Amino acid sequence: MTDTAVHATPAAAKPAGNSMLRHARYVVAENPVTGLSFGLFLLIALCAVIGPYLVPYDPLASGPAPLSPPSWQHWFGTDQTGRDIFSRVVVATRLDVIIALFSVALVFAMGGLAGIAAGYFGGWTDRIVSRVADTIMAFPLFVLAMGIVAALGNTVTNIILATAIINFPLYARVARAEANVRRDAGFVQAARLSGNGEFRILLTQILPNIMPIMMVQISLTMGYAILNAAGLSFIGLGVKPPTPEWGIMVAEGAANIISGEWWIALFPGAALMIAVFCFNLLGDGLRDLVDPQRRT
Amino acid sequence: MRAPLPQIEADAGIPQPLLEVRDLTVEFHTRRGTVRAVEHISVSVAKGETVGIVGESGSGKSVTSYAVMRILDRAGKIAEGAVMFSGLDLRAIPEAEMRDLRGREMSMIFQSPRLALNPIRKVGKQIEDVLRQHAQVDSDSLAAKAVEMLEQVRIARPRERYHAYPFELSGGMCQRVVIALALACRPQLLIADEPTTGLDVTTQKAVMDLAVELTRERGMAMILITHDLGLAAAYCDRVVVMEKGHVVEAASSEAIFKAPSHAYTRKLMRATPRPGITLRDLLPEGEATPVLTPATTVKASEAPLLAVEKLVKEYPRQGQGGSLAKLFSANKPVPESQVFRAVDGISFSVARGESVGLVGESGCGKSTTSMMVMRLIDKTSGSIVFGGEDIGAIPARQFATLPLRRRIQMVFQDPTDSLNPRFTAARAIADPLLRLGGMSRRDVRARCEELARQVGLPVELLDRFPHQLSGGQKARVGIARAIALKPDLIILDEPTAALDVSVQAVVLNLLQDLKDSLGMSYLFVSHDLNVVRLLCDRVIVMRAGAIVEQGPTEQVLVDPAADYTRDLLTAIPHPPL
Repeated sequence: MTDTAVHATPAAAKPAGNSMLRHARYVVAENPVTGLSFGLFLLIALCAVIGPYLVPYDPLASGPAPLSPPSWQHWFGTDQTGRDIFSRVVVATRLDVIIALFSVALVFAMGGLAGIAAGYFGGWTDRIVSRVADTIMAFPLFVLAMGIVAALGNTVTNIILATAIINFPLYARVARAEANVRRDAGFVQAARLSGNGEFRILLTQILPNIMPIMMVQISLTMGYAILNAAGLSFIGLGVKPPTPEWGIMVAEGAANIISGEWWIALFPGAALMIAVFCFNLLGDGLRDLVDPQRRT
Repeated sequence: MRAPLPQIEADAGIPQPLLEVRDLTVEFHTRRGTVRAVEHISVSVAKGETVGIVGESGSGKSVTSYAVMRILDRAGKIAEGAVMFSGLDLRAIPEAEMRDLRGREMSMIFQSPRLALNPIRKVGKQIEDVLRQHAQVDSDSLAAKAVEMLEQVRIARPRERYHAYPFELSGGMCQRVVIALALACRPQLLIADEPTTGLDVTTQKAVMDLAVELTRERGMAMILITHDLGLAAAYCDRVVVMEKGHVVEAASSEAIFKAPSHAYTRKLMRATPRPGITLRDLLPEGEATPVLTPATTVKASEAPLLAVEKLVKEYPRQGQGGSLAKLFSANKPVPESQVFRAVDGISFSVARGESVGLVGESGCGKSTTSMMVMRLIDKTSGSIVFGGEDIGAIPARQFATLPLRRRIQMVFQDPTDSLNPRFTAARAIADPLLRLGGMSRRDVRARCEELARQVGLPVELLDRFPHQLSGGQKARVGIARAIALKPDLIILDEPTAALDVSVQAVVLNLLQDLKDSLGMSYLFVSHDLNVVRLLCDRVIVMRAGAIVEQGPTEQVLVDPAADYTRDLLTAIPHPPL
């Protein structure tokens, strides 16, 4: 028997891992901003992991020269009690990234799974999940987060929880929409014929297929989570001083801007901006990376 | 107003072609370098002539037409050659002028009518848009002209349909509207790119007859791009056969179908299912293997493997109250008028080792029937008895994990859609073995390789992902998965509808061989009577949820009792062989 089909794919035989790397390089080359965001991400990761061991000063120790402007001794200047702002900005990375990471992981587990179940099963599951999401959306999100932290107590765990809850609708809705279009796809039907139960189909057939889109969502909400955590700290609901944290540092420096000591608020603010910027761009880059339409 | 175009010199001895493509090469810039989609092709179309461009997927037939219309996407460009349209060099003129030509002098009908129409604009308005764009009519008579166009494409009640949205019209009607759009400005050239793919045969005939008649009436030229040799033969004056970006043969349709000179044309023609041949005739000469002796033969006396009795599936009509209303009226019977009967009390049986064709046009309920027999959806009433057990009584949700599941399997219509994009071929085939077969991982791998060999899939392809496989290879993976558990009954849901004819020929033969060697029964769901003729022992013709006719294939297809079957048969275009 002849086989016309066998000869039809000459180029597709390359090993899979190699091609992914090549694809990444192509995406970066096509859009240099993606490359920049990956670079920034590495920098942030580095600061978070080994930053505390590298900084020149103890971030909590007061120094002899309060409110001194940026200089060779103190790159970012010092604050009201003479603490080195550079050291504090670098050390704060870890706490902010941890808050963002855990809250995103939590909301992915809650919102993602609830959304997939809602999209796949439909019916009452869908109604309950969608209405819960709608209820959360009905509140001004930051005010809701404030309320949660104020009610549960001023701890890092509660900031993580509050950030996760306000992001729940985003994840639930994306996951629901993606699962919904796939619930009657051919491969899902085929899995039913192969004797897979509904929950197994959900986890082994649907979930892997919507992971790429969820990855993009994760990256985008990372930036938002950092901003949210900093915002809560800024208004005094969150990490307590003197712990180095970008939001508190901006809050502490805000009063001094009028008297000319701009550096106290500027540098942590800039760090916050770069982090949010980086995660948002990373989301765009990841989308290019996983979007099969871009794979020409 | 119409810009003066250089008039064709009528007094020249040989009529100058309306469109002349000379030595055209189109390149696409991709990451793996430049790919030539078509190379040095020459096609010419005279005024009033219908030319067919025939080829399988990837032959470059669509790219050629895009190059003529200059609507290649960003990565593609015309590298060499000339495209002359009534004396104009289409490569040289500026884009603004080209935009003016498109729609007014040359227009195009696309494959999917629904995608070609704006879903949120009334069809009449869409026709007006085209007329206004090219300033054909003054604004007072726009609406009248649009209605006139709808009338010309024979849409019943054009004045009402003027206000219809595309989703309110059937596929065939949408394609008529598209034709009206394309012809509104009285172009000289019409390019039809697979205009009837996805339409039923009877609709296909109506749409094609209409397009040909209108173009003839207006003295237009038409290029018909198709994969269907029968369609090209029935409607074209000349046929150009393309393979892998090259023109392999160009001649009048009569000459090409009577005496094809190129080997590829011959292969294509052999692979096209038609009356009066056997499955083996589809394969290229010298490659046909002898027919295996069937392991089991149909015994009429035996109890049937599958017996369907008065099967009904009803769906609630849209907009009949939400879930709350349903909650309150859960125990009340739903009034007759509020339900739609997709399947209306049908009865049939499938014997062991028999293959039965289930034929009908879209919306006739054949897919719903197969899904019910497959136990993927629940019936409303009736019984489905399989191997002596009423499987219709078991809810679809529970059926997935029962041991009975392994005895009924299915091959899906779209081989791409039916494979999980993140599973390798081996994992897709292994899934039923692991879930229902109770095999250990090591045995599974061995069985996968055995199955791959059985369906003619090279074993080294087992570790590839679906996007790394061709259409035919994906179809093989789907078939291997279906036969993995040695089922008694396989439902084939248009298994070759998405494949090229030459691949279809191979897959159909494979299915026949597998049936003979494994002794399975097939329920073959299809709209293509020519394919059913080749593979099936018996045929069931369905229409609007009911069975119109059933009986042995030869009897039904040669001497049909029902008028509807006869209509279906006459609507199929055949190459004149």
